Amino acid sequence: MDSFFVRFKNPLVLIAIVLAQTIGLAIQVQPSRTSNGPTGPDGKKTSLLRYWTVAVVTPFERVIHGSSLNVRHLWSSYIDLRHAREQSQAAQLEIARLRLEQASFAEDAAQGRRLQALLAFKQQYITSTVAAQVIGTSGADHSGLLYLDKGLDEGLKPGQAVITPDGVVGKLRDVFPHTAQLLLLNDPTSGAGVLLESTRIRGILRGTATGSVQINNLTPDSRIKPGEKVFTSGGDLVYPRGLPVGVIESIAPDPLHQPYTAIVVHPAANLLRLEEVLIITGTSSTMPAAAQQDAAIAGAAAEENKRAADLIAEKLPSLKKEDTDNAKPGDTPKPPDQIGGVPGVPNSGLPRPQPTLHPDRYSPGTTPSAEDLKPGAPATPPQP
Amino acid sequence: MAEHSYTSRRELDQYGFHPAVTLLVPVVCILLQVVLPKTFPRLAVLDLPLIAVIFFSVARRSQIAGTVTGTLIGLFQDGLTNHPFGVNGIAKGIIGYIAASIGFAVDVENLVNRIALNFCFSLLQSGLLYLIARWLLGDPTVRLLPVHELIRAASNTVVAIPMFYMLDRFRTRE
Repeated sequence: MDSFFVRFKNPLVLIAIVLAQTIGLAIQVQPSRTSNGPTGPDGKKTSLLRYWTVAVVTPFERVIHGSSLNVRHLWSSYIDLRHAREQSQAAQLEIARLRLEQASFAEDAAQGRRLQALLAFKQQYITSTVAAQVIGTSGADHSGLLYLDKGLDEGLKPGQAVITPDGVVGKLRDVFPHTAQLLLLNDPTSGAGVLLESTRIRGILRGTATGSVQINNLTPDSRIKPGEKVFTSGGDLVYPRGLPVGVIESIAPDPLHQPYTAIVVHPAANLLRLEEVLIITGTSSTMPAAAQQDAAIAGAAAEENKRAADLIAEKLPSLKKEDTDNAKPGDTPKPPDQIGGVPGVPNSGLPRPQPTLHPDRYSPGTTPSAEDLKPGAPATPPQP
Repeated sequence: MAEHSYTSRRELDQYGFHPAVTLLVPVVCILLQVVLPKTFPRLAVLDLPLIAVIFFSVARRSQIAGTVTGTLIGLFQDGLTNHPFGVNGIAKGIIGYIAASIGFAVDVENLVNRIALNFCFSLLQSGLLYLIARWLLGDPTVRLLPVHELIRAASNTVVAIPMFYMLDRFRTRE
């Protein structure tokens, strides 16, 4: 027996190590499927192991990230200043354009809020965010996981949504004291409830093994077209409603899940080159004070624009006719080529006939009335 | 009369490394692996820890050492991903064992052999990861992309050759 173990020592060690890890895999996978699902955070013991691993690597990542940031800052702030003036002017013009655009949208937004209040619609507003920087990746191309430089100490929790100004990028997975894992939308274990902009169809967005983002729970629908925008639906209770997710890139039958379609979505945010992100740490059903102030300013600007437009319209030469100008209040202007009809209802009367160019005995107005005619007398010819 | 040596090939070519090198090289490989794709996303296709596993295994020519080295490096990699612990551990453990076994049979100093070893082990790891995800984890969404895996194997080989020559400087004959 001893000779067996001595002879096959090497393969036995390999078998023992592989077997131990297989059992470990089974233990880890089983609870995650029954509780949080594969996207949920780890169990307590696994989390501790992961915490140790992360604790070894992240200090180095922070140092490397910090030094690269300093070098980049030095380059961009002191050396690479070409076209800075042109860029500043372009930015000023852009700000002016956006202010005008904001003012034009303010009235629609106010109307939308009034309607939402009437319908008792529950809207979620983002009240607080934490800005964080990406310091590293998971190092595996089939794992859409990034490391952020903020953690529990900054008030982050697992499951919080992560966005950029361009759109949604993912959510937090495991959160450690000074570091957090960001699970990107394109990770195979990631998911989000989404809404198509024009068709208002709801779907579930998932990452794939190839790194793309797909909606694959919808049956073929001719109304869904490439180019349609995709927003968060708020149904997953992770991402607030209405955040941009991306644009539909292609629609094709899903060979793995018939009869569903694979709708590939191009993410609004560049998931491969994330530098800074915002973690949504608080939402509220009422609009935050700062946003209310912005809305009030935009509303005032819109009102001012409207008044200016009215003043300009008054100064322009009038196109109205004298008849309509002289009409008394309450009178309904009647078009000249119309007979009868219901007052106040446009086009309800008969059209008046045009004047005759060559009148004959059949022309309107040439026939005498029945009172003037005598029985047996010949009809008088028309007067030229 | 010529003297004949009765020492085996294993005894002649078995190399060792300073403990600092044994520890630092895999750590640096893992660090570069997690930092580089942030700036250059396409470099995520590389697997520097795999190259370290192959190098140490073929240089030491000890199957147990190869298995343990591969397993530890793989488990460390798993700790940084969202995969369960063991996915990379199993794959790299098996590769460490086979690499050490092959080290007895072929001349691992030869450039062609090194190219072939790295290319084949990279493909083997892709196959093992696919099997683990598909069978052990029961994930039906995982797919094996042949072209992507060939590109990965070629990229790993291109990086591995100069890395092997660089790491050769740190080995000591036992």
